Amino acid sequence: MTFYSPVITNAKEAATNEKLHLFKYVEDPDQPKIETYESRGGYQAWKKALTSMSPDEVIDEVKKSGIRGRGGAGFPTGVKWSFVPKASTKPRYLICNADESEPGTCKDRVLMERDPHGVIEGMAIASYAIGCHLMFIYIRGEFGHGAEVMRKAMDEAYIRGHLGKNIRGKGYDLDMIVHTGGGAYICGEETALLNSLEGERGMSRIRPPFPAIEGLYACPTIVNNVESLATVPHVINRGAAWYCSLGTEKSHGTKIFSLSGHVNRPGNYEVELGFPLRSLIYDPAYGNGIRGDRKLKGVIPGGSSTPFFTPDMIDVKLDYESLAEAGSMLGSGAVIVFHEDTCIVWAIKKLIHFYRHESCGKCTPCREGTAWLEKIINRIEAGKGEPGDIEKIENICENILGRTICPLGDAAVMPIQSAVKHWRDEWQYHIDQKKCVVKSEFAF
Amino acid sequence: MILTDENIRRMKDAAARYPRRKSAILPALTIAYRQVGHLNDDIYREISRAIGIPTLEIAEAATFYTMFPKEPVGKYLIQVCHNISCSLLGADSLIAYLEDKLGISKGETTSDGLFTLISVECLGSCATAPMMQINHDYYENLTPESVDSILEQLRAEA
Repeated sequence: MTFYSPVITNAKEAATNEKLHLFKYVEDPDQPKIETYESRGGYQAWKKALTSMSPDEVIDEVKKSGIRGRGGAGFPTGVKWSFVPKASTKPRYLICNADESEPGTCKDRVLMERDPHGVIEGMAIASYAIGCHLMFIYIRGEFGHGAEVMRKAMDEAYIRGHLGKNIRGKGYDLDMIVHTGGGAYICGEETALLNSLEGERGMSRIRPPFPAIEGLYACPTIVNNVESLATVPHVINRGAAWYCSLGTEKSHGTKIFSLSGHVNRPGNYEVELGFPLRSLIYDPAYGNGIRGDRKLKGVIPGGSSTPFFTPDMIDVKLDYESLAEAGSMLGSGAVIVFHEDTCIVWAIKKLIHFYRHESCGKCTPCREGTAWLEKIINRIEAGKGEPGDIEKIENICENILGRTICPLGDAAVMPIQSAVKHWRDEWQYHIDQKKCVVKSEFAF
Repeated sequence: MILTDENIRRMKDAAARYPRRKSAILPALTIAYRQVGHLNDDIYREISRAIGIPTLEIAEAATFYTMFPKEPVGKYLIQVCHNISCSLLGADSLIAYLEDKLGISKGETTSDGLFTLISVECLGSCATAPMMQINHDYYENLTPESVDSILEQLRAEA
């Protein structure tokens, strides 16, 4: 049996490094089978939570671990769980957000395809903690294979009594639905995801009310990323203190970084938070340097929605605080590397096309603004830029930022603002000379 | 009737599984798309009857989601990722290569009805770029040689 996706991981390192846990078995084709998963201690955390901990104790342990949302927003997972109103008599729902579509990000797919029971176990523990009896995993529609693997794993989990009625005789019932999307980036935003799961168009909702109070079917709902949930069994098994010993003082644990673009070894790498960005790009065990021995031009550290770094900025640690301090964000952990032959206007043209296409159209600044930005950026790229276009771009960006219901507007703007700031001369050259400083022609 | 009895039954099952039937719209659209290869008003009407949700609400949701073609496409729908990570590793030249090999432009279908070529947004396969999805399968780390053999294989299977 071979893997569906040929993506490179650092599973070998994870197998011998006690600190790494998410990727330990992702190169073993048997790991998706429940017998294999169980033989390696799988579902013991679920057993421990259900039989020896109260829901509040589970929430406390996850809170203490300090794990933060790995989908992009970085909100503390345990704190989110504690927002579910205890007195509410409505059903509660847990949704695993597997609508992975932030450009550059391809980590949740690996977890689903190669260690699906780890995801289900984390979902079960989270469900128990918030008092949910029906949990969902919302998988992006294109991940048909991942959904198939998850469904098969779910069926096995029912048969082995990890899901279903009266689990382990404790009187706790838990059902699961694997739900697939229809190819809309916006549905990774939690309120749009809720609408989509309800059968509506995937448009975001105004908050408050927050999903923890009024989410799916207007009931308390927790939406967590795949990687966040896959971490939960490890926290329960080994304790919050162990998890806090990983990473930096403030950013605890490990993170999977999806490394793509102009590196010699693109792949998914689990490292401790605080790992040096330079090492991720240049170390032979990870990115192994820039393709074709070119010079580095820029790096997006946290998915296409986060601001660029220039080469002089890459001596930074990959953790929430360090990246924010350096002017960008950890985001989803998608590191995209650009070498010197990349025209920045060309790169931004690709990105703005994406955001314009994916804007749900609900908020005027995002709907109209992304369309205007695309029009202006396209004309600059085509050598038809006009004096004042850079200022227009800046002005439109400022008028989108912070003025939309969901973060898609901000996400569209942040890489553009930083690209204009860092490479303003190049934009000006493009307008004045009606051509690229360097033509982005990449053979495949 | 366009949808098979088996697929109508699967849609009804889906509708019964969710706390609210309307949640079965996306599963039903997915089932229909996998059977037919595209969606249209006749299909929305059949889904409506199957899951008991008004046709308008089915169409309203369906038209939001770009993954489902709304008109017939070739037997093989080639969807090349043109987002940033794939572009850095040659998505533009991959599209040009496919246009040349298939003798069509992006957005067109070959005259034998076998291939439709489009480009799409990020498919979450960024560390195995460049890549494309053909119908429901991913093809990753593409090279001119691998593209040639994929097309050859599909032609042989057709």
